[in-house]
Amino acid sequence: MSIQLSVFYLFAAVMVLAAIRMITAKNPVHSALSLVLVFFTSSVIWLLMEAEFLAIVLVLVYVGAVMVLFLFVVMMLDINISQIREGFVRFLPTATIVSAIMIVELVLVVVSKELDYARAAVPATDISNTQALGEVLYTDYLLPFEVAAVILLVAIIAAIVLTLRQRPQTRYQNPGEQVKVKRADRIRLVSLKSEGKRSEAKRS
Amino acid sequence: MITLSHFLVLGAILFSLAVAGIFMNRKNLIVLLMSIELMLLAVNINFIAFSYYLGDIAGQVFVFFILTVAAAEAAIGLAILVVVFRNRGTINVQDLNEMKG
Amino acid sequence: MSVYELSLLTVIAPLAGAIIVGLFGRALTEAQAHGIAIIGVLVAFIASVFIFYEMYLTNFDPQIFDVYQWAVIGEFSLGIGFLIDSLTVIMMIVVTFVSLMVHIYTIGYMHGDPGYKRFFSYISLFTFAMLMLVMSNNFLQLFFGWEAVGLVSYLLIGFWYTRPSAVFANLKAFLVNRVGDFGFLLGIAAIAATTSSMDYEVIFNVAPHLGAEVLQISDDIQVPLLTFICLALFVGAMGKSAQVPLHVWLPDSMEGPTPISALIHAATMVTAGIFMVARMSPIFEYSETALMFVMFTGAATAFFMGLVAVVQDDIKKVVAYSTLSQLGYMTVALGASAYSLAIFHLYTHAFFKALLFLAAGSVIIAMHHEQNIRKMGGLWRRMPITYVTSLIGTLALIGFPAFSGFFSKESIIEAVHLSNVKGAQYVYWLVLSGVFITAFYSLRMFLLVFHGKPRMSDDEYSHVKETPYVVTLPLIALAICSVIAGYVMEPLIFGTYFDQSIFVLDSHPAIANLQAQFHGVWAFVSHGFVTKAFLLLVAGVVLAAICYLVVPRIPEVAARVLSIPYRVLVHKYGFDWLFIKGFARSGVGLGKGLAALGDRILIDGAMVNGTASLVRGIANQVRKVQTGYLYSYAFAMIVGLLALLTHFYLQS
Repeated sequence: MSIQLSVFYLFAAVMVLAAIRMITAKNPVHSALSLVLVFFTSSVIWLLMEAEFLAIVLVLVYVGAVMVLFLFVVMMLDINISQIREGFVRFLPTATIVSAIMIVELVLVVVSKELDYARAAVPATDISNTQALGEVLYTDYLLPFEVAAVILLVAIIAAIVLTLRQRPQTRYQNPGEQVKVKRADRIRLVSLKSEGKRSEAKRS
Repeated sequence: MITLSHFLVLGAILFSLAVAGIFMNRKNLIVLLMSIELMLLAVNINFIAFSYYLGDIAGQVFVFFILTVAAAEAAIGLAILVVVFRNRGTINVQDLNEMKG
Repeated sequence: MSVYELSLLTVIAPLAGAIIVGLFGRALTEAQAHGIAIIGVLVAFIASVFIFYEMYLTNFDPQIFDVYQWAVIGEFSLGIGFLIDSLTVIMMIVVTFVSLMVHIYTIGYMHGDPGYKRFFSYISLFTFAMLMLVMSNNFLQLFFGWEAVGLVSYLLIGFWYTRPSAVFANLKAFLVNRVGDFGFLLGIAAIAATTSSMDYEVIFNVAPHLGAEVLQISDDIQVPLLTFICLALFVGAMGKSAQVPLHVWLPDSMEGPTPISALIHAATMVTAGIFMVARMSPIFEYSETALMFVMFTGAATAFFMGLVAVVQDDIKKVVAYSTLSQLGYMTVALGASAYSLAIFHLYTHAFFKALLFLAAGSVIIAMHHEQNIRKMGGLWRRMPITYVTSLIGTLALIGFPAFSGFFSKESIIEAVHLSNVKGAQYVYWLVLSGVFITAFYSLRMFLLVFHGKPRMSDDEYSHVKETPYVVTLPLIALAICSVIAGYVMEPLIFGTYFDQSIFVLDSHPAIANLQAQFHGVWAFVSHGFVTKAFLLLVAGVVLAAICYLVVPRIPEVAARVLSIPYRVLVHKYGFDWLFIKGFARSGVGLGKGLAALGDRILIDGAMVNGTASLVRGIANQVRKVQTGYLYSYAFAMIVGLLALLTHFYLQS
């Protein structure tokens, strides 16, 4: 057993366990943290396959951004855990059976297709994985790359639009209005008549 | 040594676990979303495995785009979740049956 | 004006009258309404007379006009056109003249009726339809006119549509005519199928060559083509001209106003069948079978319907049955290949039967719409004009020598005698005894109405008075015609008048034989006093006089003694019973059964509602799949995924 294979088995085992933990955890926070662990281990698996750039991106983007977002949401919302756990036990057998069948079938397909061959001979290059990826991304896949950028932009805007709400009672400033303001809008000069003695006398 | 099947079986297991997750947490929208992320991860593992064993960088490009789209999906999904919670006070999927025929 | 323009004018004038009075009747006064209608018919009558004159100048050379091509289907052309020949022109004059008389008479008869203007619109429309029928040069237009007169007849029988009996009668007339029209249509279809044409001219030219053709109905059954065509056409004529057994509608049609009975159900429309057969003489001549059938049908109608008239008490019914009987005589003449005699009888009959009907109407007006002749009597003192004109009509009807009916009827009887169609001798005896019956029932009615003691209260009797001039004027005009109409016999029958419109094979010598015995009109009249027919006529008259004037108890005794024949006659041989209780009721039963089983259960239940409930049932099950829950859809996806995986696995 080579060192690589032992690493693979170790992290694969951790990964599966973490995944099981993720889907069974009572607390969504635990689920999210388990998912983070899954991502970490899969990042290691990816490194095994020499996909260094993606492994790093997975950790940075997924763990650093997406999962943090999940955690934020979970903690921000006041979720009734007991309510959302309803039916968990009831559907456990079904879920087990379905996933078991699925695993068996997938494995059967994989085995039957005789995919257990070793890595194809790739001409050795001195460029890094990141560079190789970058080269195709900015040449062959330029249009999909731009589209992906637009998708992200749309996602940003959509997320903001969905969650943004105007509370009528909230007070806020409008800088545009503030800059545009004229003197006449703020000050009104009124000429008042002197009130004379009668009022003086009254006041006293 | 590690063969392609190792990674594919790993991906299959992860995918099936994600399916089971969807089944069991049918009321918990957050875990549902997480399960979807897990599924995508399983797919990504397959892509990278094929890319590695076939010596074709295109698989990694796909993973790159999947990550992008998945991030966008997660952002919007969570935003919807927040809105749903704000409007209904719950994220119980059982209550979200507006599509019922 | 040319003949073409005149013939267009003839049909368009009454149509215009009908449309104006019919559509704008509300805006017109009664006087304006009948004025317009009468002008329309008067124009048609004058135009017809002019056409006759023009034709006379050209020796009655047939003229054919194509007015309008309606549709062309391949080489099959459908159009409107006129065929003006001697046959057409005599029909045109009869139709427009009787129609004109009836229009004038109607002013008096229908005065004050709420449907006054509608009535005028209808009778003008009828005139138009009848003219289209007789002037047609093709079968399509003939059929149009045929159906149009049927329609107007339907409308007019049911003119007083609030009376259930009228509605029943018009429905009956329409349905019975439908039976005939079915045959007629079959005949036209057979003609169209074999000759690919609707034009008389083409068909008549082809007819002689069709003698040997057969019509293959199925693998085993085949009939001679011409016989089939003739019989089918004659079935149409039986419906329209009320021959046994399709006669049942005519007596009932007396529910309509009397002018209609005179115009449609005596003088014109019912003769359409006779006219049609005469027009088709180039076809009928080639089928001995059809001629024989025609002759026997006519004889049966002439004899048996005359018998029924003997037991009728309703004045109009008596005249109606006499019409049936006379139509039978015409049909017999057709069967004997004496087409010109049939038309001649049609022409004389139109005058005297219209006269009799209008006279009956006059009596009915005077009696305040009492139609039972047993409640009349002695009216001759109160209504002299009606009395005299009725007398003339009756004499003409029974064929008293020198009156118009004599010429036509006597010649028909002789023609049958001289005919060589198989069975003509039996028919001869039937039509001969028909003379006796005709004389008996005509005199019976005449005597019961006008002579004897009044069988009503003195008060009522004193109120009976002669009808106004609009009623008596047509009576007088028709009476004059009834006397003189027969004297044109010599040129009409034995001259060349019909030579170019009626075709008779040399092997059917009835007319030729008759001609050999004919020595001028006056000789014919004087001979008329010594024939068997005259003896029978006198016998009938005397018997009627004895029974109804001298010893009024005889009919009652006779009815009791001969109770079985009497009941048969009163029930009109059970035709009504057969048709209404038999055919109609079983038809209704069949319809109800089919409605219940076929329509309500099979179509409505199984197919219409069945489809709906099946779809709803399936949909009710299917919609359960659409839970609206996300995980259900996810589950479905996973099941699909599993199926796909299995497929992949099994494929390898």
